Amino acid sequence: MDFSYTILIPLIPLALFVILGIFSKKIPASISGWMGSLGLGVTFVLSYYTAYQYYLNGKVNGIYQTFVYKINWMNFTDKLHIDMGVLIDPISVMMLVVVSTISFMVHLYSRGYMKGDDGYTRFFAYLALFSFSMFGLVLATNLFQIYIFWELVGVSSFLLIGYYYTKPSAVSAAKKAFIVTRFADFGFLVGILIIGYYTGTWDFQELNAVDHETGSLVLNWASTSFMGLSVITWALILVFMGGAGKSAMLPFHIWLPDAMEGPTPVSALIHAATMVVAGVYLVARLFPMYYFVEDGFALQIVAYVGAISSLFAAIIALTQHDIKRVLAFSTMSQIGYMILALGVSKYEGHEGLGFMASMFHLFTHAMFKALLFLGAGSVIHAIHSNYLQDMGGLRKYMPITHITFLIAALSISGVPFFAGFFSKDEILAAAYENNMLIYISSVFVAGLTAFYMFRLYFGIFWGKEKKYEHTPHESPMSMTIPMIFLAFMSIAGGYIHFSKYVTADHMPFEAHLNYYLAAIASTVGIIGIILAYVFYKKENNLSERFSHAFGVFYKWTYNKFYFDEIYLFVTKKIIFGLVATPAAWFDKNVVDASMIGIGNVTESFSEKIKGMQSGKFQDYAMGFISGGVVIAIVVFYLWIN
Amino acid sequence: MDILSLFVIVPIITVIALGFAKGLKQSRIVALAGMLVQLGMSINLIFAYLKERAVNDDIMIFVKDITWYEQFNIHYNIGVDAISVVMIVLTAVIVVAGIFISWMVDDLPKEFFISLIVLSTGVFGFFISLDLFTMFVFYEIAVIPMYLLIGIWGSGPRENSAMKLTLMLMGASAVLSVGIFGIYFNSNAGIDGGALTFNILEIAKANIPVAIQNLFFPFVFIGFAVLGALFPFHTWSPSGHASAPTAVSMLHAGVLMKLGGYGVFRVAMYLLPLGALNWSDFFLILASIGVVYGALGAIMQKDLKYINAYASVSHLGLVLFALLMYNKTAWNGAIIQSLSHGLLTAMFFALIGMVYGRTHTRNVSELGGLMKILPFIGAVYVITGLAYLGLPGFSGFIAEMNIFVGSFQHSDTFHRILTILAVSSIVVTAVYILRMVGKIMMGPLSNPEYANLPKATWFEKVGLIMLLIPVVIIGVLPFGLSEMIKDSIEPFLERLL
Amino acid sequence: MIEGISIYEILTLSSILFFIGVYGFFTRENLITVLMSIELILNASAVNFVVINTYLYPDFLQGSVFSIFIIAMAAAETALAIAIIINLYKLVASVEVKDTQKLKY
Repeated sequence: MDFSYTILIPLIPLALFVILGIFSKKIPASISGWMGSLGLGVTFVLSYYTAYQYYLNGKVNGIYQTFVYKINWMNFTDKLHIDMGVLIDPISVMMLVVVSTISFMVHLYSRGYMKGDDGYTRFFAYLALFSFSMFGLVLATNLFQIYIFWELVGVSSFLLIGYYYTKPSAVSAAKKAFIVTRFADFGFLVGILIIGYYTGTWDFQELNAVDHETGSLVLNWASTSFMGLSVITWALILVFMGGAGKSAMLPFHIWLPDAMEGPTPVSALIHAATMVVAGVYLVARLFPMYYFVEDGFALQIVAYVGAISSLFAAIIALTQHDIKRVLAFSTMSQIGYMILALGVSKYEGHEGLGFMASMFHLFTHAMFKALLFLGAGSVIHAIHSNYLQDMGGLRKYMPITHITFLIAALSISGVPFFAGFFSKDEILAAAYENNMLIYISSVFVAGLTAFYMFRLYFGIFWGKEKKYEHTPHESPMSMTIPMIFLAFMSIAGGYIHFSKYVTADHMPFEAHLNYYLAAIASTVGIIGIILAYVFYKKENNLSERFSHAFGVFYKWTYNKFYFDEIYLFVTKKIIFGLVATPAAWFDKNVVDASMIGIGNVTESFSEKIKGMQSGKFQDYAMGFISGGVVIAIVVFYLWIN
Repeated sequence: MDILSLFVIVPIITVIALGFAKGLKQSRIVALAGMLVQLGMSINLIFAYLKERAVNDDIMIFVKDITWYEQFNIHYNIGVDAISVVMIVLTAVIVVAGIFISWMVDDLPKEFFISLIVLSTGVFGFFISLDLFTMFVFYEIAVIPMYLLIGIWGSGPRENSAMKLTLMLMGASAVLSVGIFGIYFNSNAGIDGGALTFNILEIAKANIPVAIQNLFFPFVFIGFAVLGALFPFHTWSPSGHASAPTAVSMLHAGVLMKLGGYGVFRVAMYLLPLGALNWSDFFLILASIGVVYGALGAIMQKDLKYINAYASVSHLGLVLFALLMYNKTAWNGAIIQSLSHGLLTAMFFALIGMVYGRTHTRNVSELGGLMKILPFIGAVYVITGLAYLGLPGFSGFIAEMNIFVGSFQHSDTFHRILTILAVSSIVVTAVYILRMVGKIMMGPLSNPEYANLPKATWFEKVGLIMLLIPVVIIGVLPFGLSEMIKDSIEPFLERLL
Repeated sequence: MIEGISIYEILTLSSILFFIGVYGFFTRENLITVLMSIELILNASAVNFVVINTYLYPDFLQGSVFSIFIIAMAAAETALAIAIIINLYKLVASVEVKDTQKLKY
């Protein structure tokens, strides 16, 4: 099997970025949109071809093989070096499919959504840059390559969130996203350095070769301990810190809701389907390490972070009014699902159900969440508002958006026979087998998800019609076609037998639907939907009464548990106020002042003694002669003795 | 005529030719022509170097030795290794870019270009010298025109800033000269019948007693490191940069401050290795403080040039930090960081100069939304900012990663803590860079008068693109450069291990 | 050699002459009198040359010749000094020492 052609998948968007970026002023909007879509169309085809070839023929003795094509990019030491290349294995191929699908759909969609915008070509250039970085990330052969592309997706996210750069809120959201993830990446980088130092390699294949019991690099070092934990465990926790930053897990989630300031297609692409799952992908990529080092201590942390974030975000999503922010918190909650699924997973065979479920959910979630965002974009495009209060009764005007949105909402709520049902069920089954606490919280989250999703759905498409500036209309074909495709995927995606393709140990197994658990989950979901129906189908004051009843709790939730304020306090008051300002003061009044002080002392001293240089030759002569006399006396005295 | 001496002779000829030039147009053409020749020669030097290196294993190649002052054994002794070569190329690029940026200098243009080129002569001479005394002479030649350039063509409290800068650098020179004479008078230690010498390669063969090394290392180190903005001797840099004209800031931060790191590497650590090892912890702490402190200082500044000056303190602190790690990877990173910082900071100063030239303010809070009005400058500003905070694909990333990976090879707690401290600067850097870029380029237009600012002219674009190209080349294709530098680092590192 | 007068008396005389000159040089404000004081100092040394030559080394002539040198130099020096003083007078309309501070500091 030769997969070396996959190197084209990242290179095509790169070429697009360079061309569109350099000639952004010269290329007319009509051409740049087509160029972008066409380029991504090619990668889309290539990715599906790769997936087809790989999953069909990639097995040897029932195990999926790993194919690596790489070149040496830079040497640090004799052992440590960065390679650039592509790594083809079940999860990277699966991610290729996800990224290329969503990216292609978003390109198509943006041609309609961004029509008439000033920076049309610039927008497509940024999208191409993002696609390049994301493909590079998923195909990375080693930890450092992933870090490089990690930073690049971060910066494309920065550029795209700040796309409307004249809007102060967009600019500060972009800055926030970059700085928060950068802070998390600081941990990631230190983790990489630790792993590099102890194991002497960053290559995924070497790092993940932990199941061979003896002679594996990582396990040899796992016994070196630091503060009670193995250094490798520390490194993995730090690496996960980076992952948590990108995937908006607690406590690094604060950038994600603000990131919704970007254009909606960007939210669909980056902040729902692809970049934000990078953290999940990272843990999955290093899964054998996480699992085998110190009996998966780091993995337990991963599981709890995922579970808590998932619950936390779902609660906040209940009270938000900006539809994109609801979707953002929903994304965070669903990513929490994926992370916790990885956290509760084991490695071999059917025990690796959680790993498979996580990847499965990543896949289906990408489809339906991107669809939800595109639907929201379509609504925003029609009525020029993000707020739920300004919406209602839109089903008549926007039938396609309505239907596709409904499909996605049903899918995310875990209603049977939609894609989300299957993947969520696997996650719940995995949690049920390993950690009861997490299982219960996850089921609860499933109910909350159904509730807030249908709160949105009823709020947007049913309820009382609001006064609109002009009659809302259905979006153009360029926007609806991608939505229809994604709606199809949001149903069909669930019928893929993921356990045959994507597993922790690369060996297919048979996963069966656990009817008992599935029934519980879907019942909870349906209860959520019914509650939402009661609350929001018709205009009534039930929801106000409820929020009054919960008083303080509602207020806390509405304010996202004051996380933003805490961060603001820490950065503004502590870092700026207590560290940076004194540092600047110290610099000016101590360091610089002492340097100036040396100058001043010299100057005032010279001021004092400059009277000696009176300029009167008689004084000089006086000095000369009296000096001569003194010397004469001294010499004479010495001569006598 | 040998290939290296030309690097000193061409600028001198240019200066003489400038003496006959009249008016702005003639002067800038003459200056540009001379420096383009210099740039061509420096690019040629890379290839000549690689060709010669393949057959020549000496530490320094293209060596030439002319006795200058017999009595004290002072020679005009020149030669290069890969590190000098890349520094020479950097200088040539920045000088040419600086001439483009000062294309429209209206006040005493002839004298301006003469001072600028005299300065660059000193820098070129410094990089090719192998004789401590000659090196010191060139160093002084580089520092003194700075006084005139800031004092005459500067802005704001220029006399004061020029005075402060020159006095602090002169003070450093005084300290340095003590160190150099200390080395000189011990340069025949352990060699029977050897004469005292200033020749670096000869001194390296002597066994200077460890007590002497401990005594003189701090003199040499501080003498050079003041120029490299070592905390707490960095305060000349912000005010000096703030007052300096654009091209001078570019040259100063881009090249002159690199003399510090280069001198530390070439003289202090090579000639006094035992002293270097004994003093490393102390200076390492100072350098780490500089890294974090400079970054924190940059957060709070209002003046664009001050932000950049403090950022330079942070980034050059990283160079000294890496040098003190005594490790091949870190040293490689230090050299690349010198290059990268030189190019990027020159770009920043050029951009700040362009913004200032148009809006007549450098106050961050008065600027805003310039991207819409000045798309080219805005885009380059954003790119430079991203490159500065270490985005992959640009030179800064390569440099920082080499430094961090190299530093992390020390497994004791002391080095680990300092390394992690230094790594944390990447976050703070992101904060001040994004704050600056976000404030002045993005957001709503702060002042309606700015709506009609003139767009970037061709010479500004040429200047910026010239600097951007090497940044991208180093960032995307680092391997050749790294290998070239690493070969030359080896003999220097061996002295310390 | 003068009968009845020893070298000591003459040296005392020349010393007094010298110190009068020095005193005048230090204290006079007028440049002309300063110049005159210098003449006194020079004359004192010229006298010393002649006297020491005559009393101690009567067979040699160098001392006497040197005193002629001194007289010639004093003349040249006076000419130069007067020229400077005249120019100075043109500039500041004064020959007082305290008024000649243009180049101070």
